Amino acid sequence: MEPVFVQGIGVFAPGLLGWEQARAVLRGEAAYAPGECPKLAPRLLPPAVRRRCGEYIRLAVEVAGEAVGHAGADASALASVFATAESDGKIVHTICEAVAQAEPMVSPTLFHNSVANAPAGYWCVAVNSRQPSTTVAGYDASVAAGLLESAAQLLTDTETLLLVANDVPFPEPLHSVRPMGTSFGVAMVLSRRRDGRSLAGLRLETGTGEETAMDEPLESLRRGNPSARVLPLLSLLAREQQGAVRLPYLDGGTLTAMVEPCP
Amino acid sequence: MSPLLITAFTTVSAAGRGNAALFEALVQGRSGLAPCRFEPRLQTYTGEVGGLEAYPVTGALAAYDCRNNRLARLGLEQDGFMSRVEQARARYGAGRIAVVLGTSTAGIQETEMAYRRRDPATGALPADYRYETTHNFFALAGYVRGALGLEGPAEVVSTACSSSAKVFASAWRMMHLGLCDAAVVGGVDSLCLNTLYGFSSLELVSPEPCRPGAPDRTGISIGEAAGFALLERPERAEDHTGVALLGYGESSDAYHMATPHPEGTGAILSMQRALDCAGIAPEQVDYINLHGTATQTNDAMEDKATVTVFGSGTPCSSTKGWTGHTLGAAGITEAVISALCIQKGFMPRTLNTGEVDPAFGSRVLLEAREAPVACVLSNSFGFGGSNCSLVLGRA
Repeated sequence: MEPVFVQGIGVFAPGLLGWEQARAVLRGEAAYAPGECPKLAPRLLPPAVRRRCGEYIRLAVEVAGEAVGHAGADASALASVFATAESDGKIVHTICEAVAQAEPMVSPTLFHNSVANAPAGYWCVAVNSRQPSTTVAGYDASVAAGLLESAAQLLTDTETLLLVANDVPFPEPLHSVRPMGTSFGVAMVLSRRRDGRSLAGLRLETGTGEETAMDEPLESLRRGNPSARVLPLLSLLAREQQGAVRLPYLDGGTLTAMVEPCP
Repeated sequence: MSPLLITAFTTVSAAGRGNAALFEALVQGRSGLAPCRFEPRLQTYTGEVGGLEAYPVTGALAAYDCRNNRLARLGLEQDGFMSRVEQARARYGAGRIAVVLGTSTAGIQETEMAYRRRDPATGALPADYRYETTHNFFALAGYVRGALGLEGPAEVVSTACSSSAKVFASAWRMMHLGLCDAAVVGGVDSLCLNTLYGFSSLELVSPEPCRPGAPDRTGISIGEAAGFALLERPERAEDHTGVALLGYGESSDAYHMATPHPEGTGAILSMQRALDCAGIAPEQVDYINLHGTATQTNDAMEDKATVTVFGSGTPCSSTKGWTGHTLGAAGITEAVISALCIQKGFMPRTLNTGEVDPAFGSRVLLEAREAPVACVLSNSFGFGGSNCSLVLGRA
């Protein structure tokens, strides 16, 4: 497959509060010190909208905004691909609990925010983008599926796009059947063409082999959230290193991401 | 774009199991909508597929058993679809056929039922509850890949009610890029309390069978459906259904989470992009299958958008009166209806609708027409302002 180019990155997780901090940690220049995440208040969402949105939407908009800023891109011109394994587990829990009652009552706002593409909807409103936007899911292969969908769009339909992958933990009792250690969000602006702002070229290939692990304590983070499966790729990008990493894909297979830094 | 052949297709909805039953219902004007049996406390009509309770997924894939995958199974078993895919698998190899499916809620109904059986002391879910293979979005693709023995690239698209239209676009891109040689596309959404009570809370659900385009329309009737299509490149296909995917268009409203843009700007864009992608002029479209949900806002917006793109001459209709709004399965259900229109030279009327909103400018069919249909545009619009239009044509 032809390469696509990484133009900007956003990330948000405990101890990785933005790309600058994540970059330093992934380069080994700063220790990984996860703590409580500050409550997200992405400035792209007006306060009244923000109040109606849970962490799943806020996290996506936060990392998307950071990546677009980092890339110096015009957000309204970008197509977008959102990837998630689970969408909003808190809303799933609240609505499933509500409809189990003798008199089911569902909040209308919660219901329309329950669709997997709610972050995409809020994002497109926030940045006034009428460009195509899709939301894809692939269980633990969601990041890989999002990368493949993005590359496929870039090499056919669109010049630049925004990829966002994020997942937030379920509350109990669903947490016990689908545990997630923490929230994790990542975004990248990707382009078909290399230019002066390109950070690295990225080439994708499906295949077999062991998925690439991180060193602890980041390995626990990687394994603790489907969207955090992107960490080995972020690590190469942070270290501006040529190399290849394998992200989990389907049937125990992998998606190999080959990185070539742009000097 | 270079067209892809649709070499097999099938669907199951309240309007019928398989293409022949669906087409017969279209011709005879027989609706699949009935008073809601699934959740009798709600005063509404639904398009329920009967018999799923007694149709479990068994054998090696038994872990996938849930209402959504039962419906997927029923869909796969119609119209010889599985044997067509098996032939394709023999030619291309299991790893060269992609699976791209749409759903909005997958098997969430399994979780709804489990929440009624939580341990009263600990709140824990029952021990026999399985999440990954039922409720999770990808459970649908996992089940279908397993049932068809496919190992190619796969993803589930979940963009509310445009989901299983957008799968055609994603599959075309994967094929164009050489990630696969063929693709199974489609979608499945099944009745669940989340959507029944959720749409009710938004006051979008009709107490009567939906009447798309009627001046006093009262909202949607929720339905469930499964549908699948096999896409192949013309140079590799051995035969076909006479129908091809000519183009797709996708757009976002950038307006509101749950209300479409009143002027239909996003819908206009998705239709125009689909025509541009197919390389055809609006007058080459013989029939438009509307999203036509029967909400006040959708139908008014879609009418304006349709008139903007096509003028007032192109026959159009909504088929939601037969199937109900099958949400994440609406795109594939209506793509299959569009394919049948092309095969049979038939344009369905707008069932349940006696007169068209006098404010409308488009040519909404109140009577079915028999006439050659070479090209159809089908619309699907969803929450989040997610729009997709498909152009299907004679192969």
